[in-house]
Amino acid sequence: MLKSKTFLKKTRAGGVMKIVREHYLRDDIGCGAPGCAACDGAHEGPVLEPQPLDPASSLCPRPHYLLPDTNVLLHQILSVWRPGTWASVASSLRLPGSLETYVEQEQGENANDRNDRAIRVAAKWYNEHLKKMSAENHLQVIFITNDKKNKEKAIEEGIPAFTCEEYVKSLTANPELIDRLACLSEEGNEIESGRIIFSEHLPLSKLQQGIKSGTYLQGTFRASRENYLEATVWVHGDTEEDKEIILQGLKNLNRAVHEDIVAVELLPRNQWVAPSSVVLHDEGQNEDDVEKEEERERILNTAANEKMLKPTGRVVGIIKRNWRPYCGMLSKSDIKESRRHLFTPADRRIPRIRIETRQASALEGRRIIVAIDGWPRNSRYPNGHFVKNLGDVGDKETETEVLLLEHDVPHQPFSQAVLSFLPKMPWSITEKDMKNREDLRHLCVCSVDPPGCTDIDDALHCRELENGNLEVGVHIADVSHFIRPGNALDQESARRGTTVYLCEKRIDMVPELLSSNLCSLRCNVDRLAFSCIWEMNHNAEILKVRFTKSAINSKASLTYAEAQMRIDSAAMNDDITTSLRGLNKLAKILKKRRIEKGALTLSSPEVRFHMDSETHDPIDLQTKELRETNSMVEEFMLLANISVAKKIHEEFSEHALLRKHPAPPPSNYEILVKAAKSKNLEIKTDTAKSLADSLDRADSPTFPYLNTLLRILATRCMMQAVYFCSGMDNDFHHYGLASPIYTHFTSPIRRYADIIVHRLLAVAIGADCTYPELTDKHKLADLCKNLNFRHKMAQYAQRASVAFHTQLFFKSKGIVSEEAYILFVRKNAIVVLIPKYGLEGTVFFEEKDKPKPRLIYDDEIPSLKIEDTVFHIFDKVKVKIMLDSSNLQHQKIRMSLVEPQIPGVSISADTPNMDIDEPERKKKKREK
Amino acid sequence: MAGLELLSDQGYRVDGRRAGELRKIQARMGVFAQADGSAYIEQGNTKALAVVYGPHEIRGSRARALPDRALVNCQYSSATFSTGERKRRPHGDRKSCEMGLQLRQTFEAAILTQLHPRSQIDIYVQVLQADGGTYAACVNAATLAVLDAGIPMRDFVCACSAGFVDSTALADLSHVEEAAGGPQLALALLPASGQIALLEMDARLHEDHLEQVLEAAAQAARDVHTLLDHVVRQHVCEASVLLGD
Repeated sequence: MLKSKTFLKKTRAGGVMKIVREHYLRDDIGCGAPGCAACDGAHEGPVLEPQPLDPASSLCPRPHYLLPDTNVLLHQILSVWRPGTWASVASSLRLPGSLETYVEQEQGENANDRNDRAIRVAAKWYNEHLKKMSAENHLQVIFITNDKKNKEKAIEEGIPAFTCEEYVKSLTANPELIDRLACLSEEGNEIESGRIIFSEHLPLSKLQQGIKSGTYLQGTFRASRENYLEATVWVHGDTEEDKEIILQGLKNLNRAVHEDIVAVELLPRNQWVAPSSVVLHDEGQNEDDVEKEEERERILNTAANEKMLKPTGRVVGIIKRNWRPYCGMLSKSDIKESRRHLFTPADRRIPRIRIETRQASALEGRRIIVAIDGWPRNSRYPNGHFVKNLGDVGDKETETEVLLLEHDVPHQPFSQAVLSFLPKMPWSITEKDMKNREDLRHLCVCSVDPPGCTDIDDALHCRELENGNLEVGVHIADVSHFIRPGNALDQESARRGTTVYLCEKRIDMVPELLSSNLCSLRCNVDRLAFSCIWEMNHNAEILKVRFTKSAINSKASLTYAEAQMRIDSAAMNDDITTSLRGLNKLAKILKKRRIEKGALTLSSPEVRFHMDSETHDPIDLQTKELRETNSMVEEFMLLANISVAKKIHEEFSEHALLRKHPAPPPSNYEILVKAAKSKNLEIKTDTAKSLADSLDRADSPTFPYLNTLLRILATRCMMQAVYFCSGMDNDFHHYGLASPIYTHFTSPIRRYADIIVHRLLAVAIGADCTYPELTDKHKLADLCKNLNFRHKMAQYAQRASVAFHTQLFFKSKGIVSEEAYILFVRKNAIVVLIPKYGLEGTVFFEEKDKPKPRLIYDDEIPSLKIEDTVFHIFDKVKVKIMLDSSNLQHQKIRMSLVEPQIPGVSISADTPNMDIDEPERKKKKREK
Repeated sequence: MAGLELLSDQGYRVDGRRAGELRKIQARMGVFAQADGSAYIEQGNTKALAVVYGPHEIRGSRARALPDRALVNCQYSSATFSTGERKRRPHGDRKSCEMGLQLRQTFEAAILTQLHPRSQIDIYVQVLQADGGTYAACVNAATLAVLDAGIPMRDFVCACSAGFVDSTALADLSHVEEAAGGPQLALALLPASGQIALLEMDARLHEDHLEQVLEAAAQAARDVHTLLDHVVRQHVCEASVLLGD
């Protein structure tokens, strides 16, 4: 072991610092090749393959290892890496810290050059080392670099070196790999359109300077879903509150992609704009229609009144790209034989990507994954490369896969490591399990769930005590008994965060054995539970609360409808029914009290599909029905959650996992208030209570659906409820439930947050012991962040799945006309809701190749005047629904106006719409 | 936490050591002729000097004398040039008082004080360069100095620090690792019996991890013992050659 000491003296703000560092160079890092006698046993961890597979490269016919340099590794490993084709030494590369390959930084040499030299030295060392090891094998290490100078130097030093492109091209067995090569030679082989569209990004150092001095602002770039020329940047400053900056126009967006961290510069006040309410989708096929873009941009800048103007800025530089592989489809180039094609991502917020491929025709009509490589200044679109082919468009499997990938839902089957932590079957409750656990198997517990539910995580009971009071128990599946902290099963569940329910499929958070069997509180089997037991009087006032781990035996698994029937039918008087009646009575009181406190009852159009059991195609839609029993179960779950939240916060003030729902800023309500005003109703939004009351009062005898519509709108005004760690925040209030403290305790099978809450509670009552991560508030805060993200994504995925099935439904149904209500009015379109299907859609009034109707948009009311007809929010209209397949990528439900009739705009109810065949028409035009 | 990666994926620390490895230790005994015992130790870049006087009569107030054992008096100081920034360090500031007290407790446990009732043993330690683990270096230097003075002890006292990063216990923290702000534990061990002379930690660490960190520190202290033992034997050899045996 050799040691090198470095003494450095460094001045800092006038003072003199003596910095003392030492570095130990090691002589015990092995080369990683198995069976190497020279460094026998010195290696651990990643090893090289004993015999590198022959990838049949014409450049280097002998078996070899590849040693990519840092840049190649960073940019190409995702694209070209495929196990088996490359044998890489990257992971077990001899660190520059080892004895023979240590490289001292020379005078005048910068850090990058030193690194390059270190890698070259490593490559050289490897070649000599491998020669020593087995001369007859001719194992070689090939150095892959894209840096010209680096390559030259390497060849000078006798190291076989190639550029990435050269090497991949030489792989005769795998020609398709070339497509996957990230094209980085941006300036070199790009189409020289000559025109530079975008201004240059400033270097990072300048950006940081600017951010420090306040000239630039740093924030997350969020592209608009509806308008590709508009985006917002969320500035998360330390001092001031979060604020939003609007960016408009291609040039101001300056090549930022959704979710990038960017630096923006505010424009002078006279250039500020209001968020446009135009819906615009990027549909141009050509590169050179920049002028047209500019024209379009002008549409955005229609005069808006002073009040609406918002801080407007432009992107000056990118601090961090947040690119990921994107799902989408290829829009094949019109020019035959062309290898450059445009790729349209499924996510509208992502710009289209230009890729180079030779298999365009094979990829047409398929869902593919593409990664972005770069975005040069002279290109309208970013450049990317093809990564993976998912399958045919419209195929249910493929679409589901796309949906899951796009929403970053982990959906791979559980790994063997995870499954190894499952209990062995057959499973039964043992003595050991009963330690710290109460036997409640004698209680008359039952569960009430939606039909077809296999992951039953809650059960209830209610009985009269001798003193006349009622004992109510909520029993929650004891998942934390099976999932022990820190093991692979726990980690995987924490990563997944939540179970995702799609229309035809459920992506479990925990393996099925637990979710549908051991943790599911099915009837007539012994199950472990975590019970929350209250003693209440008949006025539903809590006298005592107690938590305990328990063993229960559910007497019945009911559906909401069955439970309702039992409560209603006078003939039934068994234990379960009396228990249910008691619960129902208490729930009603609880609900009333909760609403008095100002809890909101909101509404969202929810639909359920009836699936064909064979093909899994949706055959019918049904809006969810709400029964008394639904709210009964809900009420007790809320009560349990609140009780548990109080308990764990009492016990762990610093690291309790809670859930809060912040009150929305008043500006969120603007649209709701305006909408109500147009119907002569007043909505007060100063407190949750007044909002709830005014929503209750907002009723119109002639328009019964109005109240629901208002509630739907109110839902849209709300903020997201989030998990947080009590030590990191001081606002605990749950706005929607009007509770000062809240958490999630009742669904540990499908939410990871509940598992953590179970563990906290178990520690609080002394039934389990704590572990390090549980008491670390930073770790908990990180976990909350992931859970919040997963929950949001799960919601989006659910919605997307519903949307897809709605499409399938209308595909089979053909064209239908339905009544609808206007939810929002936009500048060139109206958003309508069809109550029958719970379906929301946009009716556009401007279409390409058609004369534009006269549109007058009034922002104040808001209303839209088309020719002579005025549309207000909540107006009843009739729309025609059909599936628009003109754009294969986004097969979408298309709606057009039927009633009221406006000549030239609306269509009659029965003539088939010609627009569906639009692409054909377009093609014809071009041929002419 | 800090952006610095204290433990790489391959399991190496910032200075190239593995988790359980000590820094290079070099030590010499008998560096001063005037003192009864003296020693100098380098643990990596941490350098400490210890001198021992005694046992001798109580100096100053006689009232301090203990009837049944010797009084151990420890003083700690650090040189102005010992850390990155030059700073005058007056005697008797809180830090050096605390360190002195800790050293005293450590050595009262190790020295057979009952053999020298009503007398005093002075241990002076000075840190010449601080690069993490100053307490450990002081204890190790003082042990050698006490041995050099020929004062009977139960055993060597070997000390080492240990920290906890990424669920791994790191032995013998350097200044960079200490500055990162993780928990840090100092342990003084009597290696032959495995008894703990002093154990100190003032950070939050989950009890599940304590065992692991303690074991890392104890192992490191045993390693230190092997090295110190070697130093002592060599010193005795040299001394006996000089005496002409």
